[in-house]
Amino acid sequence: MLDRLRQPWSDNRAELVLGAVACLLALAIMAMIVFVARGAWPTFEHDGLSWLGSGGNPDSQIGAMQNTSTNPPASAFLVHAWPLIYGTVLSAGLALILGLAVSLATAIFIVDFAPPIVRRTMTPVIRLLAAVPSVLYGLVGILVLVPFTAQHLVSSSQKRSVEYVIQLSNGGLGVAVVLLTLMIAPIMTALITDALESVPRPWREGAIALGLNPLRATLAVSIRAIRPAIVAAAGLAAARAIGEAIVISMVSGGVSFSPNPADGQIFWFEPFESLASTIVRDAESINAPALHSTLYAFAALLLFSSFVLSLASYLIRLPMRRYQVSS
Amino acid sequence: MAAVEPIGGAPVTPSRRRRGRRAPVRSWRPRDQAIFVLSWIAGTGLCLCAAALVIFFIVQGAHYLRPALLVTRPSPAVNQALSGGILDPIEGTLLLGVIGLLIAAPLGVITAIWVVEYGRPRWLSRIVESAVEVIAGTPDIVLAIFGLALFELGVFAPFSFAEPGGAFGRSFLNAGIIVSAVAIPSIYTATRNGLLATPRQLREASYALGKTRVATIRRVVMPAVRRDVATGATLGLGRIYGDTAIVVLLLGATLRNQPENNVPLIGLLRGTGSTLTSFIYDSSPAGDGNAPNKAYAAAAVLLLMVLLLNWGVGRIGRIGGPPIHEERRLGA
Repeated sequence: MLDRLRQPWSDNRAELVLGAVACLLALAIMAMIVFVARGAWPTFEHDGLSWLGSGGNPDSQIGAMQNTSTNPPASAFLVHAWPLIYGTVLSAGLALILGLAVSLATAIFIVDFAPPIVRRTMTPVIRLLAAVPSVLYGLVGILVLVPFTAQHLVSSSQKRSVEYVIQLSNGGLGVAVVLLTLMIAPIMTALITDALESVPRPWREGAIALGLNPLRATLAVSIRAIRPAIVAAAGLAAARAIGEAIVISMVSGGVSFSPNPADGQIFWFEPFESLASTIVRDAESINAPALHSTLYAFAALLLFSSFVLSLASYLIRLPMRRYQVSS
Repeated sequence: MAAVEPIGGAPVTPSRRRRGRRAPVRSWRPRDQAIFVLSWIAGTGLCLCAAALVIFFIVQGAHYLRPALLVTRPSPAVNQALSGGILDPIEGTLLLGVIGLLIAAPLGVITAIWVVEYGRPRWLSRIVESAVEVIAGTPDIVLAIFGLALFELGVFAPFSFAEPGGAFGRSFLNAGIIVSAVAIPSIYTATRNGLLATPRQLREASYALGKTRVATIRRVVMPAVRRDVATGATLGLGRIYGDTAIVVLLLGATLRNQPENNVPLIGLLRGTGSTLTSFIYDSSPAGDGNAPNKAYAAAAVLLLMVLLLNWGVGRIGRIGGPPIHEERRLGA
């Protein structure tokens, strides 16, 4: 038996074994979808899709679930998660816009403008920023940025004006967006830089020969050529920002309030809560059946949106391979 | 307007001509100049952020990190002087990295080899490729909650311990299995890029000598991409070390590593524990401990480990002379 294994493998057997292992990954994904959907089913069964809507306070709705018994009535599953969804989309969207601007500018800087010495230091710096564990960003946020904003950026009259509704001093949207931007900008910068460097040189040189200045040439030719790669990078970064649980739960303020842009400056200090951070926060009492299925419903929603995002980024990248501008 | 010297201007000295060839930003339109300045600000700003982050944690670490902390076990106490050190989280981080890498490395490498070298039928390899993309895009909190559902099944009781109606579901083994998913995409991508960049002549020479395909992969292709595998594994290890959500949910986040029984290694694998990330989370004001000093100390250690890994990635690329293929990519 062992002797047979030790002999050199035939090509057919090797292909089958390797293929089977590779398919394990696909099977694991399917298992994940099945398990998360099964856990989320009771919420869909009792609430339909209305749990995606607004109404009531998710904090108190989720709080009420923690005390439900083993066979909870249908009413125990009641949750209206709109403030959480809004918080997720708002924080991730703002971070994505900011991060996209920063990473595009940085990538152009690295590829076109940076002196060689600066370029050589930038590469490991971007790598490092992309590798810093998110909990460290969260720690900086909760121990440095949140106290700083509470003491210096929010005036006491602003705090008093809303003190019956929310606290402005426990962190909020602005800090979360800044940290999320710092987390996703290096990832996008790395991908966009790679793509920019893979644009054939003659394309851009041709544009410069036609009289465009180097910046215009980059914007008109290189950036246009790598648009799909930019979209793909943004998709990856958006998935990362939507699913970030730890940082948000550390600096978001912990109240599922919906920050309102009409509030002016206070908007940036208003607390919020995202789907992922709610899962982390309430995971301790996940054995309560109603809460269990609610958290799985949140996870299913996250999974669905990240699935859509990565599928879109994959589809966008497929035609790119034909032109070999980027991988 | 363009970068052309005026005809009949002052005699051009060599040094001036060289400067003339670089971007004469002053002659650009104001909007272009603004974008140029913004790109400088963004680039240097990111550098400054990285520098500030590293310096901040090194300073805080120098403040609060004592050698004694590294070898004392943590203990629950409100008083930070009595709450012990961070020995268990360090051990937990290392152990979780080993488990995760032991699972992720073979899976990622084998998948990459199959997709690049065989990849038949085509639709199946497309599915596998997009499965890796999905894993890369799935938030770790979703992976964690999937692991919780999976390992609470009674079948998986040997991985933690049995409970009425299933299993406890939280242990080093369970967390390691799920956390390996975080490392798989970087290992897969690095290996795949290496395989794609390996020259075809290398394989053809081996076929010409009568080697079978699988022998070619083992003896010729694998040695050629060894460096890529190492790079990917190091990046993946960094991702594992830095993951928090999976550890918080699936490792039980007990302060000390608590073996499930007295069997030496298996008891530890089935038991609960903590890693540096979960220790930092719990010690921060967001967790239960609220011991910022300990959090800073642990954060400095964690950042040091990540820096070391990062440095390792750069080193691996230069081991043993120039590579067979040129690989100068920034993104993993």
